[in-house]
Amino acid sequence: MNKKTGSANFSGRLWKLFASVRLTVVLLLSLAVTSVIGTIIPQNKRPDEYLNEYGEFLYNILSAFDIFDMYHSWWFQFLLLMLTTNIVVCSINRFSALWKILSVKNPSFNVSKFRNLSDKEEFTDSRSPEDLKRIYVPIVSRSYGYKRIEETDNGLCIFAEKGRWTRVGVYVIHFSVILLLIGGLIGSIFGFKGFVNIPEGKTVNSIRLYNTGEAQKLNFKIRCDDFNIKFYDSGMPSEYRSTLTILEQGNPVLTKDIIVNAPLRYRGINIFQSNYGTLPPKKITLNFKSVSTSAGYTKKASVGKQLDLPEDMGQLLIKGYRNSFDFGGYNLGETFMGILTPNNGNPVHVIMPLRFPQFDRMRKGNLVISVEDYDHSYYTGLQVTRDPGVLVVYSGFVIIIIGCFITFFMSHQRLCVEISKSGKSSRIMVAGTANKNKLGMQTRIKKIVKSLSKC
Amino acid sequence: MNSSNLLSIVTFIYGVAAFLYIVSWVFKKQLPGRIATWIAIIGVVSNTGGIALRWIESYRLGIGHAPLSNMYESLVFFAWTIGVIYLVVEQTYKNRIIGAFATPLAFLAMAYASLSPNINDRIQPLIPALKSNWLIAHVVTCFIGYAAFAIAFGVSLIYLFKQKKTGGKTGLFNHFPDYSTLDELTHQMVTLGFLFLTVGIITGAVWANSAWGSYWSWDPKETWSLITWFVYATLLHARMMRGWEGKKIAYLSIIGFMAVIFTYFGVNLLPGLHSYGQG
Ligand code: HEM
Repeated sequence: MNKKTGSANFSGRLWKLFASVRLTVVLLLSLAVTSVIGTIIPQNKRPDEYLNEYGEFLYNILSAFDIFDMYHSWWFQFLLLMLTTNIVVCSINRFSALWKILSVKNPSFNVSKFRNLSDKEEFTDSRSPEDLKRIYVPIVSRSYGYKRIEETDNGLCIFAEKGRWTRVGVYVIHFSVILLLIGGLIGSIFGFKGFVNIPEGKTVNSIRLYNTGEAQKLNFKIRCDDFNIKFYDSGMPSEYRSTLTILEQGNPVLTKDIIVNAPLRYRGINIFQSNYGTLPPKKITLNFKSVSTSAGYTKKASVGKQLDLPEDMGQLLIKGYRNSFDFGGYNLGETFMGILTPNNGNPVHVIMPLRFPQFDRMRKGNLVISVEDYDHSYYTGLQVTRDPGVLVVYSGFVIIIIGCFITFFMSHQRLCVEISKSGKSSRIMVAGTANKNKLGMQTRIKKIVKSLSKC
Repeated sequence: MNSSNLLSIVTFIYGVAAFLYIVSWVFKKQLPGRIATWIAIIGVVSNTGGIALRWIESYRLGIGHAPLSNMYESLVFFAWTIGVIYLVVEQTYKNRIIGAFATPLAFLAMAYASLSPNINDRIQPLIPALKSNWLIAHVVTCFIGYAAFAIAFGVSLIYLFKQKKTGGKTGLFNHFPDYSTLDELTHQMVTLGFLFLTVGIITGAVWANSAWGSYWSWDPKETWSLITWFVYATLLHARMMRGWEGKKIAYLSIIGFMAVIFTYFGVNLLPGLHSYGQG
């Protein structure tokens, strides 16, 4: 064997491999089985979390196979590439056969084939074949697009067919699968996905990408004018709403409220409501209760500023705020911290949990300080994405649904009504074939027989 | 009567129907089967009523939304679709033995919804992420698909039972539809399921894209629905092109339904977050 036929042989064999549905079955099953891995092992966490979980040895093995980001690993992408090649080669390979069926002007019919069908139906009618022909032809054409009448030895035959084009259904499906893969690829090459937190009233012009953690500059600025949460009576959140303004060169061009499920789309960039958080408070309202005079006072204070205490007791500095505060193993919840400097004496720490106004009694000072309220201000958490592949993917979605519908619920049906002379009357045979749903075809034949024999 | 009570009764009705279908099959008697059909119809009608009532109740509570928003409601809808599709199949194929395998699934879905301590049957307000018409389309299509796969699963079981029983001495399996009918029925249910699963995955993707800005993020629930899709795509190809029939297809259909069940229940045991379907 010389080299040339050897390589021709090889590419021929490769072509045959990719043209085989056996490979399809293997690939689809492999995709199904390997996809399970990524649902058992959480994806895209920090390396130290994996190290903790699996230990160094296992970690090294798993990360060598990209198991921690397996859906983007080379081998998973390779399987998808194989599948794509498989579809393309298979389609090309079978296209000529399909074209032969589709392009025929006058499809050939073979009466004896229909006669041999086991589920044909037969009945007799007292009229002559010619009379019956006149009655039957319009009935048949009502539901079959193409029909032809041929003479037979002792009578005639009406052939009809419809839905030949439905044979392209599977090609439509396969084409759309490729569209989906291409759309996904476009998205992963030219798109990005990131997030940004914007405090109320602030403006940003860049976001942080999820996968790399790097900053991505935007061509415009986003300002968060306002953020609001609504709650149901039960305390469950019912709506998160951000009012956003887009600024181009410093000028506001668009203001829109976004909620979950109703994002803002601007110049190919999508901005989604994704989470929120509270900002450290700036202004608080404090209550003071004097132990000696039992008088009460209310004062407003700013975080980070000194405040003169009532009854000339010195000064208080509100130092900070925490969402939760651990006090001997017990969580006090939202808490402010301060430093009280008496007019004569050493500074002391003051702890002011929102939920426990009496907490400061423990300090045993002359003033019991508690927080009445503070200004709630939020930042909105936005997910910001760009995916130029979405249009391709969505067309794939539409096409795959159409393709499935054609493939599963429509078929190429051929019908043969043979009318032969039998003495003075006629014998009628009705038989049909379909490339799908043979049982359904049987029912259809029965129905046709019913309507033919009635008239 | 409130919808939860009505739906508990539906559970019972499906149980009776399933019992009668099985009796009719095992003792080869027509009458229980005929009664079973009527009871199954009553079950589906009451099931419809229960869903409608729950919908109305949610509006009375001032948190009106289609009753498709949590595990309980989706199970109720699942049972409803199994009931409807089964009755259509029974009418089409004039065979009640499939009922002995299909109605128990509707009963189990309802019983699990009503009795499992992990499942809350209170009508709850929608969290912001679930406020989308795509969600309704998503749940409806997914569950029609799941129900079709459930019936394919029942039919495949029948197929395998029938295979095991050579000679048919007990006669228990004689009345089964013949192999080609069973095979064809499995195929039809699988194609119906495949179409709806496809639409279900798509509507889910569109919903995710409108809520989070990404139509696919490989979260476990998404991935498992894709796995299910791959399994059934395998089945279709194996049957169409490799000429697989009967037993092998029946096994694939059973594996496919296991994947459905896992997508539905099992995923909650895995790490990850799919806000929907929890509790
Ligand atoms: C995820 C990817 C795929 C999906 C969803 C898919 C879907 C389908 C469906 C639904 C059918 C019709 C089955 C029926 O009529 O019951 C089909 C048929 C077929 N598929 Fe695929 N397929 C995929 C990949 C492939 C690949 C990679 C090949 C490559 C060889 C392939 C080759 C075929 C062939 C040859 C047929 C039969 C066509 C005919 O009847 O003339 N498919 N496919």
